[in-house]
Formats: sequence, C-alpha cells, structure tokens
Amino acid sequence: MQDEPNKLVKELAAEKYKYGFTTDVHTDIIERGLNEEVIRLISEKKGEPDWLLEFRLNAFRHWQTMEMPRWAHLDIPEIDYQAISYYAAPKTRKDGPKSMDEVDPELIKTFNKLGIPLEEQMALSGVAVDAVMDSVSVKTTYKDALIEKGIIFCSISEAVREHPDLVKKYLGSVVPYRDNFFAALNSAVFSDGSFVYIPKGVRCPMELSTYFRINAANTGQFERTLIVADDDSYVSYLEGCTAPMRDENQLHAAIVEIVVMDRAEVKYSTVQNWYPGDAEGKGGVYNFVTKRGNCKGVDSKLSWTQVETGSAITWKYPSCILTGDNSQAEFYSVAVTNNFQQADTGTKMIHLGRNTRSTIISKGISAGRSQNSYRGLVRVAAKADGARNYSQCDSLLLGDKCGAHTFPYMDIHNETAVVEHEATTSKISEDQLFYCTQRGIPTEDAVGLIVNGYAKEVINKLPMEFAVEAQKLLAVSLEGSVG
Amino acid sequence: MKAEQQYIDLYTQCEAMIARHSSEVMNKPRAKAFADFRSLGFPTRKVEKYKYTDVAKLFEPDYGLNLNRLDIPVDSSEVFKCDVPNMSTSLYFMLNDGFDSRDLPKATLPAGVWAGSLKEFSTLHPELAEAHYGRLADTARDAVTALNTMLAQDGFVLYVPKGVVVERPIQLVNMLRSNVDFMVNRRVLIILEEGAQARLLACDHAMDRVKFLATQVVEVFVGENAVFDFYELEETHNNTVRFSNLYVHQAAGSNVLLNGMTLHNGITRNTTEVALDGRGAEVKMLGMAIGDKQQQVDNNTFIDHRVSDCTSTELYKYVLDDSAVGAFAGKVLVREGAQRTSSQQTNRNLCATREARMYTQPQLEIYADDVKCSHGATVGQLDDNALFYMRQRGIAEREARLLLMFAFVNEVIDEIRLDALKDRLHLLVEKRFRGELNKCQGCAMCK
Repeated sequence: MQDEPNKLVKELAAEKYKYGFTTDVHTDIIERGLNEEVIRLISEKKGEPDWLLEFRLNAFRHWQTMEMPRWAHLDIPEIDYQAISYYAAPKTRKDGPKSMDEVDPELIKTFNKLGIPLEEQMALSGVAVDAVMDSVSVKTTYKDALIEKGIIFCSISEAVREHPDLVKKYLGSVVPYRDNFFAALNSAVFSDGSFVYIPKGVRCPMELSTYFRINAANTGQFERTLIVADDDSYVSYLEGCTAPMRDENQLHAAIVEIVVMDRAEVKYSTVQNWYPGDAEGKGGVYNFVTKRGNCKGVDSKLSWTQVETGSAITWKYPSCILTGDNSQAEFYSVAVTNNFQQADTGTKMIHLGRNTRSTIISKGISAGRSQNSYRGLVRVAAKADGARNYSQCDSLLLGDKCGAHTFPYMDIHNETAVVEHEATTSKISEDQLFYCTQRGIPTEDAVGLIVNGYAKEVINKLPMEFAVEAQKLLAVSLEGSVG
Repeated sequence: MKAEQQYIDLYTQCEAMIARHSSEVMNKPRAKAFADFRSLGFPTRKVEKYKYTDVAKLFEPDYGLNLNRLDIPVDSSEVFKCDVPNMSTSLYFMLNDGFDSRDLPKATLPAGVWAGSLKEFSTLHPELAEAHYGRLADTARDAVTALNTMLAQDGFVLYVPKGVVVERPIQLVNMLRSNVDFMVNRRVLIILEEGAQARLLACDHAMDRVKFLATQVVEVFVGENAVFDFYELEETHNNTVRFSNLYVHQAAGSNVLLNGMTLHNGITRNTTEVALDGRGAEVKMLGMAIGDKQQQVDNNTFIDHRVSDCTSTELYKYVLDDSAVGAFAGKVLVREGAQRTSSQQTNRNLCATREARMYTQPQLEIYADDVKCSHGATVGQLDDNALFYMRQRGIAEREARLLLMFAFVNEVIDEIRLDALKDRLHLLVEKRFRGELNKCQGCAMCK
C-alpha cells in the first residue's frame, strides 16, 4: 500500500510544467546591473515625478547597507544582483494600446494560453484583469465599469500619473523601504504593478484580478501592488501567476501593500505557480515577496488566501497589522513543494488594537526532496486588550526524503489575550486509505481525495475561479468522485 | 566582550589554582573549553537560541568564586531538615559547587552504585569518568557550557552499573551559601548502564540574600533498556540567576523522565538537549514554572530523533503574574530515516497581569514521512465560565482562582512517578500560589 501514494506523487513529480512557454515579443531591456544610474533610467523611462525617484534612490541607498537575510530554513544560492536586468517593457506604440486590436497578437496568444479571458469572456466571467506582462501593464479591462463606481484599478505607473496624491500618501506606508532586504530592493527598482482604490462605501462589483508573468530571459520582476480600501468598502482581489520555463533562476521580489480603513474589508487571494525548476532541481523562480496589510480602521477585515505550488524557493509571509479596534485578519494557506523546491512561508499577525482577532490556517504538503516550512509570528502588544488568535498549521508528508518544519513564534504582552497554536505532522493515514479502498475507491483516487480534503479548508476560501485552478494545481484528479 | 573578559582574565590568572583543586579528568578539557569560550563569547539576543535571555548582562556583575576551595562551615544536614515526608531518599548535599561529604547519614545504595563527589569519582575511576565526562556537553557549541567546563572543579556523580535497580530515590540538595555575591559552577554526571534504574531528585536552594549566579552542566548517559527519572526543583530567591544545560543521551529501549519545576527563582535559563539514539527510546519532558515579580523563566528544549521508533512527549506549563517573563522554545528534530517517530509537544500558559509576558516558540523539523508529530501552544487566562460556576456555588473568587490555577499546573505534577514527591509538590504549589512558600515547617533555611 505504501507504494501506491508514492506512485501518484511520482507521476505528479514527473509532470512537466504545463505553462512553460515563452512568447516572442520584442522587449525593451536595459543593461544588466544595478546602480543609481539604472534607477534614474527606470524612473526616467516611466516618466516619474521627482518624489518617486527620491523614494527609489533612498531605498537603493538603504539596500546597499543591508545584507541578504539568512534566517529562513532555505538554501539560497548566491544571487548576483549585478547580473540582473532591472527593466523590461514590452515594446508598445508610444501612446499605448487603445483597444484590443492594438495589442500585440503574440501577447494575446500568451494570455489565451494562460486562460485569461481578456476578450468577450471577460464580461461573462465578470473579472477585470490588469494583465501585467513583464513589467508594464499592457491592457486594463473593465475599467469603465469600475470608473462608474469611482473605483480606481490601474497600473502603479498610471496611478503615479493620474492619482499622485493617493500613491504618495500610501506607497511605503505599510511596507517601508527599510523593512527588509527584498523590500528595499523592490522599492528601488519596482517596475510596475497594480493600484486599487475603493472609495468610501463602495462594494467592488467584481473580483479584481491580475496575472503576473515573467517573460524575458534574465529579468527579475519587481511588482508592486497597492490596495487602499476606504471606509465601509469591500474588494476581493485575485492574483495568479504562471511563468515560462527557464534554465536560469529568476528573481521575483514583489511587494503588496494593503490599507484597510474603517469597516472596510479586503480579500486577497493568490494562486502562485511560478516555474519550480525541473525534477533535478535545476532552474526555477526565486520568490521573495513582502506582503503586508494594515487593518487601520475600526472593524476592518483583511483576509489572505494563498495556494503556493510553484517557485524553486519561496520566502513569503503575508502579514497583518491589526491597528484598528475590533479588526480581523485571516490567513489561509496551502503550500505544496515537490522535487527540490523549498518553501519558507507563513504569516505575521501583529495585534495592536483592542478586541482584534486573527485566524491562521496553514497546510503544508511536501513531496520528493522538497523542504516545506511554516514560519509565523503572533504578537499581542500590551494595549491589545481582548486579542484572540487561533493558529493551526498542519503538514502532510508524501515520501521519506522530504521535510516539513514548523517555526511558530508567539509573543504575548497582554494578559487578556487568548492565543492558541496547534500543529501536526503526519503522512496519509493508513486507516483513511484503507477505509476508502475497502469502499471500492482506487488507492490513487483515495490519495487524491484525502489530500484535497486536507486542503479543503483553505481552498474553500478561494473565489470560485481560483478554487478550480487551485484544485488542479494541487495536481490531484478527483475524477468526479466527489461533488 | 566586556562580560567575557573578566572570566578570561580569571581563568588565565587562576588556571593552576582551579586545576589543583580538581581532578585530572576534569582538568583535561579545560584548555579547549577556554579556547572555545574565547572564540564564542556570550551569545547575544540575536542568537536564536538565546533570544529571550540576555546572557552577557547576567554574567557582567562581579561575582566571587571559591576557586581555592575554602571550607564553608555549614552542617548541611542540620540546615536542610525538610525531607519530603513519606519519601525516604538517599540524601546528598552540594554546598555551592563542592560536594559536601562530611556525613551521609541517610545514604544507602545497592552494591556497585556510586553516588558522590565527581572530583573523587574521577580520581578513583579515571577511565569510566573520562569515557563520559564532557562527551555530551560540547564546549564548542555553547558558551555557558564552555565556561562551566573551564571553571567547574567538582560536582555530583551517579553511576549505576549494568542491571542494578536503585529502589530508593536519590536526593541531591544544592545549597547556595555566601556572604558576598557569588558564582557557582556545578557539574553533574549521570551514568546508567544497560538495564539500570534510578531516580534522582535535585533541588536548588539559596540560603543567603546575596546575588547568586549558578551554572550547571548535567550529562546523562542512559544505557539500553535503562530507566531514569530526573526531577529538578528550583526554590531559590529573586536574586539568583541559574543557567542549567542538561544533555541526555539515550540508547535503545531506554526510558527517561525529565521534570523541571521552577517554583521560585530570579532568572532561570534551562537548556535541555535529548538525543534519542537507539530504537524504542522514550523520553517524557515536563516543565512547570510559576513566576511573579520580575522573575524570568526560559526553557529551551531540543529533542533529536536520530533513529526510528522513538517517542517523545513534552508538556510545559507556565503561570505568570506581576511582571514575570516566560519563554519556551522547544525544537523537535526528526532525522531522515527516523520512521515511526511519535512526538508530542504541548505548552500552555496563563498570564495573570498585563505586565506578564510570554514568548513561546514550538518548532518541528521533520525529515521522515512516517511520523506522528504535533505541537500545541496556548496563552490565555482562566476560564470565566469555570470561575462563574465555582462562584455561584459559593466559592470565593480568590479561592476559585487559586483552585483553577492549581488544577492548571497539576497536570504536570500528576506525571511525576514518585507519589510522595507528588503530594509534597501539591502542597508546595498551593503554598506558592497563596504566597506562603517561605513558611514551610521544619527547615532552618526558611526561618
């Protein structure tokens, strides 16, 4: 029996990265290397105002004084930051495309392969996509429907031009450039990303979505996302990524900042499927991301849901600062590692306001020779009366060469706090398998069932479209055996 | 390097004196320990393992040391009278860091068993001592272990030969006594050969109100199918600093119970490292800390599942009042191939005031798939429903709180495999909660 689940794992392991293709688009790449000149060039190319250039330069100067973090349970090869090109923009007509016809047909093909319903399907699926290919936003859809409601959903560069006050006010307010090594790097060289502003009292009528895609060889991608949800507003934001197959490692250091005001709610979902490297552990994306939200307002709510299946190395801790009284935060995560993948992921819940609540549900699945770590912090500050946290992090091991690790930290400075943490590590239980097989379910399906059931708690939190993709990404076929 | 320098100077100046009052076996590793200490220095709070304890600051003050082994005129058995009732133990005393061998009225041991001064033991049985002394306590990995190895001149040893069962529990009373601020470097070596069984209860007491800094390195070798219970009870005062590094090595089929209880202390840092190095080895680790005022208790445990079919259980409970600080970091490592490992870790904490702080950090590092590992940690308060229930039954709030706190820590006490000690601890803990700990009867120390 023991061989059966491994068989499935082996099959999954052998499965080639389906989304490994490159689009032949002329890209405008600047020389490799990083110095103040390069940053000035990026800023100039994007036609940025002086304050943003100053922000970038400050970040760069600070970055130079920092060292790469080594505390994670990861084996990160030396990264030559001078061998990376920090800007790559698809060549577009000077004024940018006005309609679908103007968009490079090759690009549209890429998006179609990725299954982004850029065209008519858009209306049906109700998803507005701010498609980011390499670093510059190519096409933003459904803008009009959003503009009507007063919602701003555009690329960061556009936001800098159109809404400089908002960007200036919130950029770096949740993740300052001094925060960490990769945040400083991103702040210095960020290429593009999305900006979302939901005005007071508005409930965003559709799920906002962005697909990121690394596309030109040797270019790091430095996305920057900024979401501001004003009082009494609601938005659900989806982010999904697939990356083309590459032999050289690619660096991805993104920043996501979310500001949630009084009684507002933000739901941020990610399906991450960057190229994980091949079966020998060659290649793959380095995913070093800083994601953080500030529940600034009273009764505000922020929810992170992530399904992490890709990347050779993942270093990612979507966090919440619970500043406002009665604010709530959630973190739901499924992280799957296979072959030689390494993941060190988790969350930080910083309780500052009174009666703040946070929930952490983390499910790790490791197979092959991979290493999967959960690392989390729950801090209850002295003034955070009545704070409540519940954390659960489970690990499932498929194979005897992989590792599953948990590193939770709890710093409690308030006597009224109730904080719970539970973790379990196990392999698929023989009893469960036996029960399924004796009911006539083939072992392979049974494993699929169990794994999916194991991750269900998190998958259920995803919006419909993503839940489907996520289940596929978990690479388990259910073959219609469950409804 | 300020804090380290005084110890470096001390060792350089007094090397000969330290060696003169010790044994050859204990002198041998000193040079390496000194070199290691110099290169390591005290760990800063940036070192993950010592995140919650500022080591250098605690070693900084100027403490006196009795390196010349001056005689301290105390009759230990006269001073320490509060024997655990109904538990007849073989009683031994350590006065500061020297073994007190003046009279051992209550010590009766089966033939072949050796309990007593480490200095004496290592002189009489150099091969046996050398095969074990310093073998687990790696001076290159921990500055406190290095410092202890460098300065320790004597200690306690328990040797139980193959197949011998020591029925009567052995009690080691560590007494701290001095007129000036004082540093003590104690060493304990425990060897249980194949199939041997023994129980050891060690308690720490401080007799004078001066500042004490005690370092202790304990090495425990548990042979195949041997059974060993180790109870440590700290009952000192707010001016004591305790650093205890306990290293345990378990062979196949062995069973060990480690119980560390901090009833009253100043600043305590207990490091426990257990290596499960034979199939079927089992370890149960229990810890309890009751802290108030400015007390600090930092327990750092590491369980290394090296081979398959081993079991480990951990249960640590803290009750923190006033401005007490508690820290618990427990790491369980399951190495590749250590299949069918079962490991369970639980840490539960009660914080009674806003100033009390608790840091907990349970960690699992697992490289094998057929394992059952779990950890759980909670920080919270007493259950309001339970309090309400008791109050509506006519129990005063204060009393109800005490009862609940008592029940909370009882879970740890109930795991003790010595009934008499269990009863005694129930009493001590209750007194502790009532703030009456310093009023126990019969013992000259408390008066």
